[in-house]
Amino acid sequence: MSRAARWLPACLLAFALLLPAARHAQAQVVDDPAPLQFHDEAEEARFQALTHELRCVMCQNQSLADSNAQIAHDLRREVLDLMRQGKSDDEIVAFLVQRYGEFVRYKPAMEPATWLLWFGPALLLLGGGVLVARIVRARGRREVPVPGEDQEW
Amino acid sequence: MNQPIEPAAPKRGPRLAVVVGALCFIGFVALLSYGVLQSGRGDREALPSPLIGKPAPQFSLPLLHEPGRNVSAKDLAGAPYVLNVWGSWCPECRVEHPVLTRFALSKRVRVVGYNLKDEPEDALRWLEQFGNPYMLVLADRDGRAAIDWGIYGAPETFLVDARGIVRWKHVGALDDAVIDGQLVPLLRKLEAGR
Repeated sequence: MSRAARWLPACLLAFALLLPAARHAQAQVVDDPAPLQFHDEAEEARFQALTHELRCVMCQNQSLADSNAQIAHDLRREVLDLMRQGKSDDEIVAFLVQRYGEFVRYKPAMEPATWLLWFGPALLLLGGGVLVARIVRARGRREVPVPGEDQEW
Repeated sequence: MNQPIEPAAPKRGPRLAVVVGALCFIGFVALLSYGVLQSGRGDREALPSPLIGKPAPQFSLPLLHEPGRNVSAKDLAGAPYVLNVWGSWCPECRVEHPVLTRFALSKRVRVVGYNLKDEPEDALRWLEQFGNPYMLVLADRDGRAAIDWGIYGAPETFLVDARGIVRWKHVGALDDAVIDGQLVPLLRKLEAGR
């Protein structure tokens, strides 16, 4: 029973992640943003890696790199500016988390509040493994009944 | 006689599996129902602002009606204010406008407009057409200062207290339920605490 109790949060979390999301009633400016200009390939590669790790706050199921929302464009521009100011990747992510919350990370920080998120799947797998092992062992112990002489099949 | 064979099965293993399975299933169903219920909420997508309980960002923005004059966070300190983010490009803002106007007219608190990524002429025309409920309107044309506020669209509404601490944020259009149920009680609490 205690194992079941430990399981439940993990199950809930796993399913919570599957909950569908939709847009809410909020609007965006519509204008045609100019594409960002990169100095060199290294900068572009770093920018792409960084923006793929960040979530677009408006569309919520796209990365900052992929999103076409106006705010995503603004935030991409901000990320590039911060890169050019010599900020490290961690500093840039921290900058956005400070303003928009943990939500912007596709890779959540490792902290007590996110342990279940990080270790939940492993916990679930472990629990399932233990359960299967127990069932298999219990079956192995079960004697195969020998049909009696008078048994008709 | 045809006697069915009853193997002496150990009960513990399978029973445990059934219990855990049932619990997971119940949890799953509970979660789905929760999700269905939540999906009816208008602000289900709203992100909680990490700014709540923290000082409002430092800004210095020109006034929409007086582009030469800048107003900063410091200028607004001393009494609570409501900061309402809007744009002439934002259809939800038009829905919110009468509600906000009614609230502003009650003179409960200063209502400051935050005109986000707008052309000044469009913004001014919008206010002329629908009325200007704001004490003053800050104009953030490129949306840079908005990033410091964690603004990601319009309408969004903040409550900042007399000491410049952000107390509350609402994403999406305000309605009477939100104003009477959240904003006004919070204002009352702020005033009681002073």
